[in-house]
Amino acid sequence: MELVLTSLLNGVTYGLLLFMLSSGLTLIFSMMGVLNFAHASFYMLGAYFGYAISTKVGFYPALVVAPLAVGAIGAAVERHGLRRAHTSGHVSELLFTFGLAFVIAEAVRLVWGSTPVPYKVPASLDGPLFTLYESTFPTYKAFMMLVSVGMLAALYAGLTKTRVGLVIRAALTRPDMAEALGHDVPRVFMLVFGGGAALAGLAGVIGGNAFVTDPGMAESLGTIVFVVVVVGGLGSLTGAFVASLFIGIVQTFAVAMDYSWHGMSLSRVAPVLPYLIMVAMLIVRPRGLMGTRET
Amino acid sequence: MIVRSPLRAACCALAVLFASAASADIKIAYIDPLSGLMAATGEHGLRELEFAAEQVNAKGGVLGQKLVIVPLDNKLSTQESQIQLQAAIDQGVRYVVQGNGSSVAGVLIDAINKNNERNPDKTVVFLNYAAVDPDFTNDKCSFWHFRFDANSDMKMEALTSYMKDQKNIQKVYLLNQDYSFGHQVARAAREMLTAKRPDVKIVGDELHPLAKVKDFAPYVAKIQASGADTVITGNWGSDLQLLVKAAKDANLKADFYTYYAGVVGTPPALGDSGVDRVKVVTYWNPNSLATGQTSYIDAYKKKFGATSDPYTGSMHMALDYLTQAMARAGTTDPAKVARAMEGMNIEGPFGPTEMRASDHQLIQPLFVMTFVKNDGKSRYTADGTGDYTFRQEIRFEGPATARPTSCKMQRPS
Repeated sequence: MELVLTSLLNGVTYGLLLFMLSSGLTLIFSMMGVLNFAHASFYMLGAYFGYAISTKVGFYPALVVAPLAVGAIGAAVERHGLRRAHTSGHVSELLFTFGLAFVIAEAVRLVWGSTPVPYKVPASLDGPLFTLYESTFPTYKAFMMLVSVGMLAALYAGLTKTRVGLVIRAALTRPDMAEALGHDVPRVFMLVFGGGAALAGLAGVIGGNAFVTDPGMAESLGTIVFVVVVVGGLGSLTGAFVASLFIGIVQTFAVAMDYSWHGMSLSRVAPVLPYLIMVAMLIVRPRGLMGTRET
Repeated sequence: MIVRSPLRAACCALAVLFASAASADIKIAYIDPLSGLMAATGEHGLRELEFAAEQVNAKGGVLGQKLVIVPLDNKLSTQESQIQLQAAIDQGVRYVVQGNGSSVAGVLIDAINKNNERNPDKTVVFLNYAAVDPDFTNDKCSFWHFRFDANSDMKMEALTSYMKDQKNIQKVYLLNQDYSFGHQVARAAREMLTAKRPDVKIVGDELHPLAKVKDFAPYVAKIQASGADTVITGNWGSDLQLLVKAAKDANLKADFYTYYAGVVGTPPALGDSGVDRVKVVTYWNPNSLATGQTSYIDAYKKKFGATSDPYTGSMHMALDYLTQAMARAGTTDPAKVARAMEGMNIEGPFGPTEMRASDHQLIQPLFVMTFVKNDGKSRYTADGTGDYTFRQEIRFEGPATARPTSCKMQRPS
């Protein structure tokens, strides 16, 4: 029972972090129809910006400034790069984001070096929050959950209750009509791309110090984020949310459970489980859990 | 053509000039991770190797030649390592140093054996400073490979000899990295504990992917649920740092018996939560040195700062053996130097050492130590900290750590 509860908490924390990353990716996909390979790179930029800013002025300012900076970079990338690539078709867009991921990784390596940087959890959030049976639950993990849930609520409210959200949703499903009604759809695209990048950046700021901030972090999370988006259904926010939690919990429980088959224990195959789920999902239900379209 | 030929002549002259300048140096390739999760470990090794080489060069080098270190990043990948080895051989390197990952070391031994067989004029000697899979000095032993760290079985023998008398140990959990070295640690721990402490229960035997896990909380939760009072782990680098971080976060009340708690960022990650609970088996115990024997450590700390400590003593030993063997052989020819190293004895910082001829395993004293608060009496603190140090629990003399070998050494005729 103790193990189940602790594992559930760990799984949900990880799942929520995954959701912060994948929400932006899935929004961008549903609007522009382009899979952004550089999305996890924005997560990495967020972590490095968070580190750089928090060593100068503290963690809390970094929590606000770093995602905004990453969002601004994202918007600039859309305005000056992706929009041009867009005119020559989807393949160019895909290749553009693919190349961008490498450029960002190398840039980070040049600026901060190839070893992990000492990005620490702030002292005010370090330490145990409560005790569950014998084990303690760290305050910082609770903070991570709080930030992701808060972000989810803000995102939901923004998309359903505000005028901007209305336009975004209109541009999502009927871009031609939205444009005909006088809305600047390209600007909406830029906004969504920047917003998605900012969300990834925020995930980086709070994930970088919880785990490790190094130039390999984009690569290691990048593939998982695609799994989340495919399993949840391309373009579905709710789907991404469910899939993130699902994958977070599955990965944690695969480690926690003592189950072995022909000498191959489940915990040893834990890292490949998400990919197995993705492959199975593509065979059985290509549009994902809650996706609306087949592609 | 008339215009080009002087240019070409100049090029050739330059090439010859560089080649001759290069041959006056002894190039030593350092093939280890200099990027990725384990980069911090690789960078530290490089720093110690370069420092040890500087010390040799400051005394005039060896045979009138200087040691030059050539760092090559293998990203902890076996494929990259083979490419880097070939690049090194092509540059005229005849001595290779590597230590991080027995997975890599195994591949390097194979590649070097093949190279030396095919190119007898370009043979390479492998100085292994930290890859401790026992196979390399047993079934897979090679004339070209020399190991300066104690192998995993020797360390586990020492560790379990100490654990034998710790009556509070009842339930043991084994957590190791899922590759040859981790498997060897788990196997040795199980065998030796069962023999020395049949009353102890092994409540878990877990393997996790090498250098991939970012959050060890799920593993720590499992250890907690198993009721283990003791964890044995061979984890190193970020895999140990993140493990102790997760154990601290979850307030895991278990003792840790480790191979590498003294190195690369682990002592700062331990902090108060590790005091009296984390043990390490190692050949490195600077506080046991008498005054007057510490000039090397002091010079290192002077150069890199008060909280930077050298602890990769095997690097220093490797260069000691190499340079003395070169001096004795009167040549830098790898095959002759390798012959000279066999059976050589050097008085190491902590006692006599021997490069055993039968398997090329260095025999040296080992220590089991505990992570404690510094009471002010210890001259050297744990790396990267000012308030913690390692207290010696037990010392094993070199001969006591030696284990029989199954190696049948094939020497080139």
